[in-house]
Amino acid sequence: MTAMASPIFTGVDIGASRTKVTILDPQKNLIGRAEKKSGTDFSDTAVSCLESALKMANRSRTDIVKTVSTGYGRNNVTFSDRTKTEIGCHAKGCYFHFPKAITVIDIGGQDNKVIKLDEKGNRISFKMNRKCAAGTGAFLEEMSMRLDIPLEDMDSLARKATEQVELGSYCTVFSATEVLEKIRQGKKVPDIVKGLYLSVIKRLLEMDALGDTVVMSGGVVAYNPYLVKMVEERIGREVLVPDFPQYSGAFGAALFAMEGGI
Amino acid sequence: MADQKTIKRKTFECSGKLKQVMADHFLELDRASQSGDSKIAWCSSVGPAELLRGMGFLVYYPENHGAMLGASRMAADVIPYANAEGYSPDICSYLTSDIGAFLQEKTPLTKAYNISAVPRPDVLVFNTNQCRDVKDWFAWYSRHFNVPLVGVHTYREIGEIGYDQIKEIAKQIEDLIPDLEAAGGAKFDMDRFKEAVGLSKKTSQLWRACLETASAVPSPWTFFDATIHMAPAVVARGTQAGVDYYEILLKELKGRIKGGIAAIEGEKHRLYWEGMPIWGKLRALSEQLSGLKACVVASTYCNTWIYEQLDSAKPFESMAQAYTELFIVRDEAYKEQYIQECHDLYQFDGIIFHDAKTCPNNSNNRYGMPERLRGNTGVPALIINGDLNDLRCYSEEQTKTNIEAFIEQLEEGMV
Repeated sequence: MTAMASPIFTGVDIGASRTKVTILDPQKNLIGRAEKKSGTDFSDTAVSCLESALKMANRSRTDIVKTVSTGYGRNNVTFSDRTKTEIGCHAKGCYFHFPKAITVIDIGGQDNKVIKLDEKGNRISFKMNRKCAAGTGAFLEEMSMRLDIPLEDMDSLARKATEQVELGSYCTVFSATEVLEKIRQGKKVPDIVKGLYLSVIKRLLEMDALGDTVVMSGGVVAYNPYLVKMVEERIGREVLVPDFPQYSGAFGAALFAMEGGI
Repeated sequence: MADQKTIKRKTFECSGKLKQVMADHFLELDRASQSGDSKIAWCSSVGPAELLRGMGFLVYYPENHGAMLGASRMAADVIPYANAEGYSPDICSYLTSDIGAFLQEKTPLTKAYNISAVPRPDVLVFNTNQCRDVKDWFAWYSRHFNVPLVGVHTYREIGEIGYDQIKEIAKQIEDLIPDLEAAGGAKFDMDRFKEAVGLSKKTSQLWRACLETASAVPSPWTFFDATIHMAPAVVARGTQAGVDYYEILLKELKGRIKGGIAAIEGEKHRLYWEGMPIWGKLRALSEQLSGLKACVVASTYCNTWIYEQLDSAKPFESMAQAYTELFIVRDEAYKEQYIQECHDLYQFDGIIFHDAKTCPNNSNNRYGMPERLRGNTGVPALIINGDLNDLRCYSEEQTKTNIEAFIEQLEEGMV
């Protein structure tokens, strides 16, 4: 343990697209975080993220009391004490920020989740998208490649849209064909990108009926904040977003790590 | 956090007897197919088997073969051949895997019983109470073998069943007799028919008693065990072999209860399975749930082969009743009530709905039932997407995560 350092708790979220690590102090402050592409060696990526997060927190591995891992690669984290599903961790992470009855919408790289929590934070129900990529980060990644637009430019492009472009299909391949058709029709790229966002939102909203208070988390939300604004317009009320929404799962995992005691 | 570790499934002492019953069934069919000594009727799984038995046919059930193709994981290899013949990947994957296997001259019977091919039918007999697919499935073989296709056309989505409806179905069953006699069956013999109905009823009563042992806490067996042990309830109903087998199984299950032997050590959660089994993933699912201390205690699927309405005093009418009052034939209100009654009996904490891509009639999550049941009983539900045989429609990792998260949810509710 670092001299005079307080104990720390670690959450590791190995998602289909990116790996995120968070470090919390005993007061549940986020003092370290790191993320990178999950790649092909989940264990190695987790260790690499952990080292970066520890560096940010100015702590060492010996300060870690407990680690909980989550996400698709949760069983590949060699330094984890236990695992929890990403459904449980996103719920936990979001409830920490918004402790009331909430509906959590998490848009991940490969799946979406709609999780309903009661006022005590207990899960009432959850739904994950069916196994197709519609409405997920993978859909936007695929489309950014098709349109030859860097993923990070999509948000600013969507904000410039002036015309509504509707994409009807929920199949990624069919949507790509529809996008080509829109290009042939002379539609502007910002309008098409906004149409892609709208497609993602439609897929989300058909998964489950939403409760009064909606919270959004996940990497897609972090890097495409305009999408949240569009959801708000669609449902006619404010959508809450925690700080660093891409870390919600890892944050929840760290909270679970803390529940075991110091 | 659920303690997830692999736990070996407990074996049954009567497993050897089960294998013998199934071997006898298939070997008898194979001998008849090769020698022509006995006539063979192919019958849909909830078809009029007792009538066929009563007319001296040996009865072969293609759906049972379909399940074997799924369980042996041969299905994914052969389904594309049926797809290529114009049978869509979206229709029943029993149908597509069975026809695909036939086209490829493959059968799991070879490995299991050293039988080279499925038995050649003399007649194909369906009841559309399961679905229309069984008729289309058998129609393919009817054209291929040039043998007659006959059957019963059921009602669908019905609530209360009236006497006129039963009478009409009973007439359809009775009207099969001339065609079956023409197809080579023995001349209709009422006494023989009644005997088959009586044996079938007895098999059903015993099968129900076996299933209901799972109302004990802890349960002596799981849904996954039952999917294996139900085979004689399908293929040997109407025979003494079926009756004998379930007497043995029931004794063993009662012995487990008496001895406090749990199927899942430390049973913590009790679940209901609604929908078709995922045949190629029975072991994986069983082991995952065992590791999570969750026992699937009951299912609509295994309950399907309970036909206690059968009555040898009125064989046609009681058959019509038994094969029309089935869960799958009924409307949503009946189905909801049925599952609620199962909840009363088995006291489960959650329901897993299997949304089978190619089996809409057995995917009861599609019209809001999980939400309504939750409202009525407070029992939460999980929907998993998959298929009975076509594992191309199944995401193992996503299903695993969903199940684990569902158990986490149940555990949160226990705090």
